[in-house]
Amino acid sequence: MNITLTVNGQSIARDVEPNVLLADFLRDHLRLTGTHVGCDTTQCGCCIVHLDGKAVKSCTIFAVQADGSSVLTIEGLAAPDGTLHPVQAAFREHHGLQCGFCTPGMVMMGADIVRRIPGADEQTVRHELEGNICRCTGYQGIVEAIVDAASQGARS
Amino acid sequence: MGQFGIGQPVRRKEDVRLLTGKGRYTDDVHLEDQQWAVFVRSPHANAKILSIDTSAALESPGVTHVLTGADLRDGGVKPISADMNFTSREGKPMFKPERRIMPVDFARYMGEPLVLVLAESLEEAKAAAELVALDFEELPCVTATARAAEPDAPVIYSEHGSNVSVHWENRAPDEIDAIIAAAPHKVTVDLVNNRLIVAPMEPRCAVAAYDPADDRITLWSPTQGVRPAQASFAQLLGIPKEKLRVISDDVGGGFGIRSKRYPETAAVAFAARKTGRPVKWRGDRSETFVSDHHGRDQVNHCVMGLDANGRILALRLETIVNVGAYCGDNGPRLPIDGGGRIIPTGYDIEKFYFSVKPVYTNTVPTDTYRGAGRPEANYIMERLMDAAAQECGLTRDEIRRRNLIPLSKLPYRTQMNFVYDSGDFVGVMEETLKAADWDGFQARRAESEKRGLLRGIGIASFVEQAGGRPTEEMRVKLGADGAATVFAGTFSHGQGHETVYAQMVNDYLGVPFERIKFVQGDTDTTPPGGVGTFGSRSSMMGGVAVRRSCGQIILKGKRIAAHLMQANAEDVIFEEGLFRVGVSSVTIEEVARAAADPSKLPEGEKPGLDESNLFEREADLMNFPNGCHIVEVEVDPELGTVQIVKYTAVDDCGVVLNPLLVHGQVYGGVAQGIGQALTEDAVYDESGQLLTGSFMDYGMPRAHHFSHIEAHFDETQPCKTNEIGVKGAGEAGACGAPPAFVSAVCDALKPYGVKHIDMPLTPERVWRAIHSAKPRAA
Amino acid sequence: MRNFDYHRPTDIAAAARVLAEREDAKLLAGGMTLIPTLKQRLATPTDLVDLGRIAALKGVRREGNGLVIGAMTCHADVATSPVVREAIPALASLAGQIGDPAVRHRGTIGGSVANADPAADYPAGVVGLDATVITDRREIGADDFFTGLFETALEPGEIITAIRFLLPKRAAYQKFRHPASGYAVAGVMVADFGDAVRVAVTGAGPSAFRLDAMEKALGASFTPGALEGLNPDALELLTDMHASAEYRAHLVGVLARRAVAAIA
Repeated sequence: MNITLTVNGQSIARDVEPNVLLADFLRDHLRLTGTHVGCDTTQCGCCIVHLDGKAVKSCTIFAVQADGSSVLTIEGLAAPDGTLHPVQAAFREHHGLQCGFCTPGMVMMGADIVRRIPGADEQTVRHELEGNICRCTGYQGIVEAIVDAASQGARS
Repeated sequence: MGQFGIGQPVRRKEDVRLLTGKGRYTDDVHLEDQQWAVFVRSPHANAKILSIDTSAALESPGVTHVLTGADLRDGGVKPISADMNFTSREGKPMFKPERRIMPVDFARYMGEPLVLVLAESLEEAKAAAELVALDFEELPCVTATARAAEPDAPVIYSEHGSNVSVHWENRAPDEIDAIIAAAPHKVTVDLVNNRLIVAPMEPRCAVAAYDPADDRITLWSPTQGVRPAQASFAQLLGIPKEKLRVISDDVGGGFGIRSKRYPETAAVAFAARKTGRPVKWRGDRSETFVSDHHGRDQVNHCVMGLDANGRILALRLETIVNVGAYCGDNGPRLPIDGGGRIIPTGYDIEKFYFSVKPVYTNTVPTDTYRGAGRPEANYIMERLMDAAAQECGLTRDEIRRRNLIPLSKLPYRTQMNFVYDSGDFVGVMEETLKAADWDGFQARRAESEKRGLLRGIGIASFVEQAGGRPTEEMRVKLGADGAATVFAGTFSHGQGHETVYAQMVNDYLGVPFERIKFVQGDTDTTPPGGVGTFGSRSSMMGGVAVRRSCGQIILKGKRIAAHLMQANAEDVIFEEGLFRVGVSSVTIEEVARAAADPSKLPEGEKPGLDESNLFEREADLMNFPNGCHIVEVEVDPELGTVQIVKYTAVDDCGVVLNPLLVHGQVYGGVAQGIGQALTEDAVYDESGQLLTGSFMDYGMPRAHHFSHIEAHFDETQPCKTNEIGVKGAGEAGACGAPPAFVSAVCDALKPYGVKHIDMPLTPERVWRAIHSAKPRAA
Repeated sequence: MRNFDYHRPTDIAAAARVLAEREDAKLLAGGMTLIPTLKQRLATPTDLVDLGRIAALKGVRREGNGLVIGAMTCHADVATSPVVREAIPALASLAGQIGDPAVRHRGTIGGSVANADPAADYPAGVVGLDATVITDRREIGADDFFTGLFETALEPGEIITAIRFLLPKRAAYQKFRHPASGYAVAGVMVADFGDAVRVAVTGAGPSAFRLDAMEKALGASFTPGALEGLNPDALELLTDMHASAEYRAHLVGVLARRAVAAIA
């Protein structure tokens, strides 16, 4: 099936089978491998991207469903000149990542939280991260980073 | 020491790449012409394989090859044999069953790989895998740890006649038993150390390609060190190690299980050579749940005798450890060498008896997981200390104060022949008590009570061993442009080595931080003596080797600088990037430039500033990270839920190279420890099915399970057995968190007379503990 | 997963037509349950009919003394809708506790109700708030809708178009989350309609059910204390590795009392 969508600001047209998941479309078809797949039960959040401005789990959406939509992945979050998005910068500042595998999903979720809940406090952020699993950091740097970015009134 | 030197909270070099989606993990490797691999796995926990029919699968669309264990065996693939030999006190050797890469006779756990299907697409491979016809004769199975050791349990390996691999004992028990029998105070605890699924966030995968021109296989795989992987997989494939290149780019977490010899990895490498086309296997999460090695899984029976003053007289420990269906690379070693040797942790106990029975079961093998035996040992000791406090009528801090090895007794040789070189165990505990406001707890308890919640406080004092294998090689090279490159034998998979080694090189050589590059994870460039990262070893083993490499560079640099300045090398002083003699000086950059130019070198000096150091440590000269963790929890007595409300940690990791990163290690270790104590439990049913087979059922700890962790370092006791004074940091949190947490919950439930609840402390278990005690308490 | 033909109708009649014509066509709403099921090859439909482009199925509106939520309205939109929050705050709260934020951006009320997972949250809301399930063919009362484990009164090819809720005087939803999946180990919706009180439970049985004894007791006295001794019979509840029936019975009692306490 022919689909046309915008990915990180670029218009993309591709012919895909209906059973191709958006995550696999991004990774295998577009070679945007920053979006990761860490589970098969929609639990871990490694695959989170923004679909029409909202955080979604790209492992649980078919690419054909994104036809006509706009997708933002981790590769497209920083400014074109390389300036990190405030959530990315805060992750670096607060040591919010170790192995980096959950990081793209965490950052995309973080940007979504900051957009929806400016000024989100620690408890709110901890609960908003219900759908993102990290095995390395104990979440401490992640939570601090998102709280910090939310307090800056960052927008995605 | 500059802004980027040792001890500074330098932000990571790795981060911008990983934060912008530019990391490169094994599944990101995409080779032209690659075939997709899918494994057909055993649906039975214990079964004789009667037949394997691959004909229908072979005819399925897109299928290129179907390989069985027989193909691998005939192709020269060797079985995995565990490199350990423990004997019983009578000298009986341990039993180690043969583990075939894909067995042809028996399947010993549900999920064991039996057939490899290769196809043009993943979908085609999956569809064909469903067409492989397997015929089995099911056999009785056993999965539970204690059950496997019982005399009437089904025996998995009839040739051995028992599921117990070996009965290992450190000594005869008689003297210990006599002391305990005569002791004024005696405590007994029975503990379950729950089985865990390691679940690094990157699922296991492997990509392999074969180049006939140089008869070499290239294997991309997430490891914790490419050199050991190269050696072990080459051995399994029956080829010289030069004929196998192993590449690990970014690796999404390790925690001990990455460095293991997995059948799938060997099969993928074999298949690439056999078929002449690249092969890619992407394990999905459900697959890794049943086939990644699991962690922990012990039952412990522990008895301790104390004198009238609460001083420990003797200790008797009996451990049964579930090693799964085969002897994993480290399986039985964990309770014996990992845990057993760290007994008596921080306590001054001269007399103890320790017995370990590793048992085979129809489950995936267990192996190293963050702490690898030390969390289990510390859990035993700390639960015993809490029980002893109650028995002797002492507070939990006082019983520890009376028994911890005092600073004055260091260096302290343990009965297991470790020498604790440094560590102020009592001092660290006192610091933690203060930081946690232990004395002010009653007021906080009263405040929680007003909200209908039971508040408890728990403490754990721990010691672990770090350093792992006793050799490591690191290479530091200065280019003609003055930029440095570190070629690491260790392997960072989240720890931030790119940053820390650069801090060290910046500190030692004065090369600007941003001009220090980092190379790891490719056997074409990794130093031959490289080992890898596990056992909290990189700071000590890699760190010392980096320091010594830099020292070698300075020595040679002095000779070159002397030549440039027409002085004697012995008179040259090196400081902050400058080689000086009197008032003249040259920068290290100038020396590096000269080093590349043979015309500028002293006679006989080889060009280049490129030094490698193979650091060899005396095996037992490990380091002994220690600390004290205090947890406060609130228990909702109606629901049985437990919420952590305060967590205080003081860790002695020796000299802290980068506090930001070492804090990260502490937090991560604590999180995995709390996971074990609160939410995680790998459960097999009696038929051998893993009931907790996905993140839908297995309770991975989430952000809301934690409160802010307040962590401090005690840097007053640098390690004396390595020249940079470091101690391991990676595993301490996993040692401290479980006992401190259980201690806290039991403290909260003290009004109900609850003394112990086995991990994980699920709401139902906590509720039952309250509920069953209620009539008595009321 | 197996491949399938993908359809993306823009009106309900077209969707119904595909369902009727194709051999084993399934509706795709938010996909939060269906897609993982397909990934595990536990279902292999020939066709998927994506309801995502049918505008008529989306949105929230007040209708007389009721609140109508289009079947394809996602959980996040229900949770944050000013209309829902004003009309039935307990329903917004329930929607905000489903899964996680990313799941709530996709999962839909119609999909959840049609799937009838025994541990899903919405069934407690539908039954507790005496809702009506509106389909392309008829209206089905909540008490008749959930018929068993993953079973509903829907006929083959029938499409839920909206759910109509009655506005209670007061209502509250309390949930005990599964530590791994986030589904309800037990969830209780208590709703006071003035002339009647409804107490609906999810997570504890094969499908959402009401607790008559609790409803009667609260009808007489809307206080937590009125529920003492009225826990459901454990014999009728689910036992699994995460919670025994006995514990679930206890949880239902605690959650019901807390729900009442929150609004009494």
